Amino acid sequence: MAVSLRSRRPEHAATARATTGRNARNEERAAYLFLVPWLTGLVAFLVIPLGWAIWISLTDQRLLVDGQFVGLDNYTTIFTNDPVFNQALGVTLRWVLFTTPLFLVTGMFLSLLLNQKLPGMNVFRTILYIPAVLSGVAVGILWLNLLNPDLGAVNYLLYEAGVDNPPYWFSDPTWAMPGLALVGLWGVGGTAVIYLAGLQNIPPQLYEAAAIDGAGPLSKFRHITLPLLSPTIFFLLLTGVIDAFQMFGLAFVLGGGADGGPANSLLFYMLYMYRKGFQEGMLGYAGALAWILTVIGLATVWLLFKLEKRFVFYETQ
Amino acid sequence: MAKAVVEASIPSDAGRVWRRTAATMRVIALYGAILLLCLFILMPIGWMLTAALKPDTAPVFTFPPEWFPTEHWHWQTFKDALLNPAQPFLRYALNSAFISLMAIIGAVLSSSLTAYPFARLQFRGKNVLFTILIATMLLPGPVLLIPQFLIFYRIGWYGTYLPLIVPWFTGSAFYIFLLRQYMRTVPSDLDEAARIDGAGYWEIYWRIILPLTKPALTVVAVFTFLATWNDFFGPLLYLDDQNQFTVALALATFVRRVGTEWNEMMAANLLSIIPVLVVYFLAQNKLIGGIASVGVKG
Repeated sequence: MAVSLRSRRPEHAATARATTGRNARNEERAAYLFLVPWLTGLVAFLVIPLGWAIWISLTDQRLLVDGQFVGLDNYTTIFTNDPVFNQALGVTLRWVLFTTPLFLVTGMFLSLLLNQKLPGMNVFRTILYIPAVLSGVAVGILWLNLLNPDLGAVNYLLYEAGVDNPPYWFSDPTWAMPGLALVGLWGVGGTAVIYLAGLQNIPPQLYEAAAIDGAGPLSKFRHITLPLLSPTIFFLLLTGVIDAFQMFGLAFVLGGGADGGPANSLLFYMLYMYRKGFQEGMLGYAGALAWILTVIGLATVWLLFKLEKRFVFYETQ
Repeated sequence: MAKAVVEASIPSDAGRVWRRTAATMRVIALYGAILLLCLFILMPIGWMLTAALKPDTAPVFTFPPEWFPTEHWHWQTFKDALLNPAQPFLRYALNSAFISLMAIIGAVLSSSLTAYPFARLQFRGKNVLFTILIATMLLPGPVLLIPQFLIFYRIGWYGTYLPLIVPWFTGSAFYIFLLRQYMRTVPSDLDEAARIDGAGYWEIYWRIILPLTKPALTVVAVFTFLATWNDFFGPLLYLDDQNQFTVALALATFVRRVGTEWNEMMAANLLSIIPVLVVYFLAQNKLIGGIASVGVKG
């Protein structure tokens, strides 16, 4: 075994050996045998559906009836003659734009708090992370009660605090989304814990050196914490945006199923897709909706990676 | 420079007292803030528990709200929720547990099977396949939803658990990547020694690599459990018969029924999160470490 398995140039070594010994052929055969389940799934659940997805979006496929080719009809209808699509897209984009920064910033403050060296911090970290492991459905059912306009505990507290007309939350188109954001804030511990790992990776010597140079807390945060945390921020931004585009379970419970809340104020894109595809049975149309969401999502991710080059600091630079 | 620091840190008496008071105040303020946040997390859960412990005769909504159980300790509600003939949550919990268990077996087996050759073996096409693997992580789920549904529908899997289980047996890109990274840290002398002793690749995978990959496999198992137990969209699409419902699907369906008994609903909701909490408390260090390492290393 002259060639280490962790050689820097495995492909070169592999081809050299593959053309020679029987061992190499055995190794290759074994490797592909190991890969059979994954390759099967790749073809059956990814490649074929992906190809088919393009075709479906160009047909009037129904739930139980095969579709006929209709060209770009689905897409033209969506863009020119579907106000509900505009509503769903607007709800989703507003959610992405407002809550992603909200959760990123509050999560960061929370992590700075959790990063203080105090006894008992592990217990607090555990408690604050709890909502992050719960399902959207469970969280939704709980908050549906707490934010009940007439009987809920939150409005009682607001009333006690002197708010005469507390919001009607999920019964009021204006307050439905802020209500959802409040529920989202309840789970911000999940974001904070990832920040915390990033914070704990920052070498303490940097802060000591900065203190000797007379840097105050704000300047330390600005010149050490923020740059060294920027890869973590970027990761959270990326996953946060992708999750926000695909909001479903929580909105399903709080908005009363695929109804999408009062006046469609909680009609997230995925809910609309579900409504079109599986409630109204228009799978072709829903397929076109899926492609539009995908293109918007990919464009956003591409944009974020562009921004990464300018704002994210990697230690190897 | 060093001298200046030493001088600066010799305080006068008044300065020392002031500084100690400031430090104490800071600790008090920090604890105060954290305790408030913990209350924000725990009070809703406490409210849920209080509601669940009420008998049918006591109102769930009270003024002022009861955040922690004091008056009622009606544990019977939990039993009622589990065995209610109209919506037996025990049944749904068992359904969820079955799906989760199968998915965990599938995910651990198939993802480690796939990760092994990527981590340890040489074969033609390895780099291309690995690039494809990474690319599949970026594939948008929503686009695949409809064709996957039609495929499962046409092969007669609609209304069964198969669409919720079988895909887990074909590996999941994120887990494969995680396990491959971990397997690469296992010293390669071990497999070479085994090979000299005449062990085949399967034996090396099964007897050497798998046992040494246990910590990472635990992370995969926990993630899979959370993903399947909490999954709502999959069961919503594929399950039709109410007897087959999972916990999440049952909760989301029954919460909208008119005349819901809220104490029973809260009991069921609490029961649905107990397994998740237990798994979380048992595995929290691995879980948080696993998520965080992905986040930090990108």
